[in-house]
Amino acid sequence: MKTPIYLDNHATTPMDPRVLDAMVPYFTQYFGNSASRNHEFGWIAEQAVDKARKQIADLIGASPREIIFTSGATESDNLAIKGVAEMYAEKGNHIITAATEHKAVLDTCKKLEKNGYRVTYLPVKGDGLIDLDMLRESITDKTILVTIMYANNEIGVLQPVAEIGKICRERGVLFHTDGVQAIGKVPVDVNRDHIDLMSITAHKLYGPKGVGALYVRRKNPRVQLTAQMDGGGHERGMRSGTLNVPGIVGLGEACAICQREMPEETKRLQYLRDKLRNKLESELDEVYLNGSWEHRLPHSLNLSFAYVEGESLLMGINDVAVSSGSACTSATLEPSYVLKALGLGDDIAHSSIRFGIGRFNTEEEIDYVADKLINVVRKLRELSPLYEMAKEGIDLSKVSWVHD
Amino acid sequence: MAYSDKVLDHYNNPRNVGSFDKSAENVGTGMVGAPECGDVMKLQIKVNDASGIIEDAKFKTFGCGSAIASSSLATEWLKGKTVDQALEIKNTDIVNELSLPPVKIHCSVLAEDAIKAAISDYRTKQTKRVAPQQTAEQTVA
Repeated sequence: MKTPIYLDNHATTPMDPRVLDAMVPYFTQYFGNSASRNHEFGWIAEQAVDKARKQIADLIGASPREIIFTSGATESDNLAIKGVAEMYAEKGNHIITAATEHKAVLDTCKKLEKNGYRVTYLPVKGDGLIDLDMLRESITDKTILVTIMYANNEIGVLQPVAEIGKICRERGVLFHTDGVQAIGKVPVDVNRDHIDLMSITAHKLYGPKGVGALYVRRKNPRVQLTAQMDGGGHERGMRSGTLNVPGIVGLGEACAICQREMPEETKRLQYLRDKLRNKLESELDEVYLNGSWEHRLPHSLNLSFAYVEGESLLMGINDVAVSSGSACTSATLEPSYVLKALGLGDDIAHSSIRFGIGRFNTEEEIDYVADKLINVVRKLRELSPLYEMAKEGIDLSKVSWVHD
Repeated sequence: MAYSDKVLDHYNNPRNVGSFDKSAENVGTGMVGAPECGDVMKLQIKVNDASGIIEDAKFKTFGCGSAIASSSLATEWLKGKTVDQALEIKNTDIVNELSLPPVKIHCSVLAEDAIKAAISDYRTKQTKRVAPQQTAEQTVA
């Protein structure tokens, strides 16, 4: 077993060597511009792009013509939200999103607010899911778009996307979902889920960084977008710019592998994830799961280890790459806004660790991480005045703390 | 973020972890910070009644590695000092000793606050011990 161990697969995934193999010829050998219509170099590149478009479409139940290539999910989110906001400005100026969305969605919405749009930020319940009744009540005749992520990047919970899509369809409102954490991990189907726009990125599903796509529905309803970049009118005029052919080939291959191996892979990841949780919870008291267990990505686990601060925990497992919801390093000292949106106290948010298990993790690695973490939590609790107070029966929420 | 060797050393081998009986008259306890800020430090001193010297110090800290190291270092420095000397320990001394980066300066500030709080608690107890006698003397006078 080699260290450091990578368990931060929500941040990015290592590239699958099979994806790299598929990409390599398109750098030097088949380097053509897929927009060159009058020679073989262009045709070969175009064929490769077409194949990838189909591989991506197949994974999400779409038609290849509904795939618009971009540089990644941040661009896809921007294009979807700003593109719809501009295109449908005459119909309305209201957008609905959720408090736990990725910054690429939240900050895009904030930008639109400055330009006169109205945005509703739905709160989430304690399990991280939005309340569907609240969504229904928030839709007005001015609402043009609902944007709710498929799965959350911090806590891994799956939103009730099919129900959200159904509500939007009934009310004649477009539905965009940031699908980056879910696609390739759980079955996503744009028709079953009534999705009109969906952001995709390659590097979260074992593909390369710097390439992504936006699914844009072509019929029932036909979604139109205002392009956010001017240029040669590539991608049905929605996204100009010469296509990143090797990257697109990589995204396509990554999708094809996910589709082929998902049933097997899901079982394996779930087994490892459950083993990690069971081991930690059986050896340690006061370990709390953040977010719904039932509605969750198979490879995702977010736990709080009460009375222990996250950054010191990471320091004790410095040969394991994970993330913490603590923000001791940031100037604001604010913990994760996602965990706070669940209603968690700041102390529990500071004590959280996100585990993202991936295709290349082994059972030996999971055992090693669990054992190491158990030791570090025990050691830090010995050091923790909060643990001592809790054991003495003091209610920490009733203590008046001395601080600036 | 990269930690200095001294921070890592204190984190891996924290000095003087533990607690004294906080009701003892020669013990001063300082508890500063708050769980929601991600830092709580408890620092205790045990003062020799006769000499006025801090003969022992202990800490427990909930916080990042730099917070743990700052309080661990503080207990090392407190031992052997008089209470007045202990008040001269400045957060900047801790920053320099541990090579703390700017984002971690608040950890050293917290450690200084904890020292001051522990001493203040100790002195309050001493005043209370002395106070009844003073009142008696005043009545006589």
